[in-house]
Amino acid sequence: MTGNPIAIREDIRAVVIGTSAGAVQALSAILPPLPADYPLPVMIVVHVPPDRRNALTELFQTRCAMAVREAEDKEPIAPGVIYFAPPDYHLLVESPAFLSLSTDEPVLHSRPSIDVLFESAADAFGEALVGVILTGANQDGAEGLRAVGEAGGLAVVENPVGAAASAMPEAALAAWPEARVMTLEEIGAYLRNLGNKR
Amino acid sequence: MRDDVEDIEIRLLLEALYQRYHYDFRRYAKASVKRRLKQAREQLGYASYSAMQDALLHDPDMLERLLGYLTVQVSEMFRDPSYFKALRETVLPHLKTYPSLKVWVAGCSEGEELYSLAILFREEGLEDRTIFYATDINPDALQAAARGIYPIDRVKLFTENHRRSGGRSSLSNYYTTGYGGAVFDKSLRERVVFSDHSLVTDAVFGEMHLISCRNVLIYFDRDLQDRAIGLFRDSLARKGFLGLGAKESLRFSAHATAFAEFERDEKIYQKREP
Ligand SMILES: C[S@@+](CC[C@H](N)C(=O)[O-])C[C@H]1O[C@@H](n2cnc3c(N)ncnc32)[C@H](O)[C@@H]1O
Repeated sequence: MTGNPIAIREDIRAVVIGTSAGAVQALSAILPPLPADYPLPVMIVVHVPPDRRNALTELFQTRCAMAVREAEDKEPIAPGVIYFAPPDYHLLVESPAFLSLSTDEPVLHSRPSIDVLFESAADAFGEALVGVILTGANQDGAEGLRAVGEAGGLAVVENPVGAAASAMPEAALAAWPEARVMTLEEIGAYLRNLGNKR
Repeated sequence: MRDDVEDIEIRLLLEALYQRYHYDFRRYAKASVKRRLKQAREQLGYASYSAMQDALLHDPDMLERLLGYLTVQVSEMFRDPSYFKALRETVLPHLKTYPSLKVWVAGCSEGEELYSLAILFREEGLEDRTIFYATDINPDALQAAARGIYPIDRVKLFTENHRRSGGRSSLSNYYTTGYGGAVFDKSLRERVVFSDHSLVTDAVFGEMHLISCRNVLIYFDRDLQDRAIGLFRDSLARKGFLGLGAKESLRFSAHATAFAEFERDEKIYQKREP
């Protein structure tokens, strides 16, 4: 499937991304080129140690044209903003379109968990969602990507062959074989195009 | 359409829980309630939420089981050490000027936050003049809090947190090992009143000098958060303090103006003069 152009769906209203090992490099290839007026919100879970201040938010604030924030509880979801899950909290999407945090048990040893974000986002946005699984070293995100696919959303997985860590994209593909496999560059271009079509 | 039916079933299940047992989860944040109910349905082996509702209405044992899923008992002693450090360094010096003190730990779970505060107050010499009220809606959690026994493998984290909070002693002074766990000294709860109290359905809890309510409000929707915060405002003594969880704030609350930020980064507020 790699390399096949995929149709841009104009009904997409939000993007969710999940990644762990190798996250900073992968996200650095995708996020900075998105324009300040990008018409979609982007919610991201990266596995980070619980006791760390959210260094990711600060890092990507300096690199991105889009606004970058750490997600706050009960915050309305706005287009043009990248939201990172805070360390040690799950990030969930509530309908209609706001965020909430929880201290529920870690899922697959992870809090925040990609599955939790993706499953709640799939529930809230249904087919109007793009879910992207990037490089990572465990199985988190696989169930979540399946939920995105089952709800009619667009499931995208970084090609495990080129990924810094292949376990996460492989598990996601095993859980949802219909997912589109793309290189990082293709994913970046795809997300940019999604914004152009509005 | 299946999901829409599920949403209806979940609403009806929560309504049944309220009407039959007066536990009100109807205005909790939906996504995480849904997630936990799904877990309950799968693990308890029900084909649908309607079937669960039927069981709940007719079998009181089901209540306890369901509460175990719906309320989240995840906690730590001295969780977020910087919060307890701020209490120690900036709030307690204010409290020292009072001859007697009341402290309310709302949503105390299995007691980790309560014992943290009791130890903090002892270390700062305030314990003798303080009464602690520890409340929760989950009866099993309250019982566990009253026992004060924690698995020994968690104590390493508690000890590290306590040290980072500026602890003046070793945490090991406060527990003995036995029953496969760390048994916290019963003298720590001599001045504690445990009680069943819901921030959703129950009333004001009088004249507190400090209310610590951490990681409970995030489970509520905005309206319910406001109800609870109004309750805190009305339960606080003049210039009393309110401490919230690291990711909770009064920023979006209708009652924001009733409080001043006292330790901004630690989400500690002080009630303003009316
Ligand atoms: C995640 S725990 C937080 C424990 C502790 N305060 C901490 O921060 O570590 C949430 C607690 O809130 C309790 N809770 C949920 N709804 C409540 C309500 N309406 N009133 C009081 N407590 C509630 C739950 O039973 C649970 O013990």
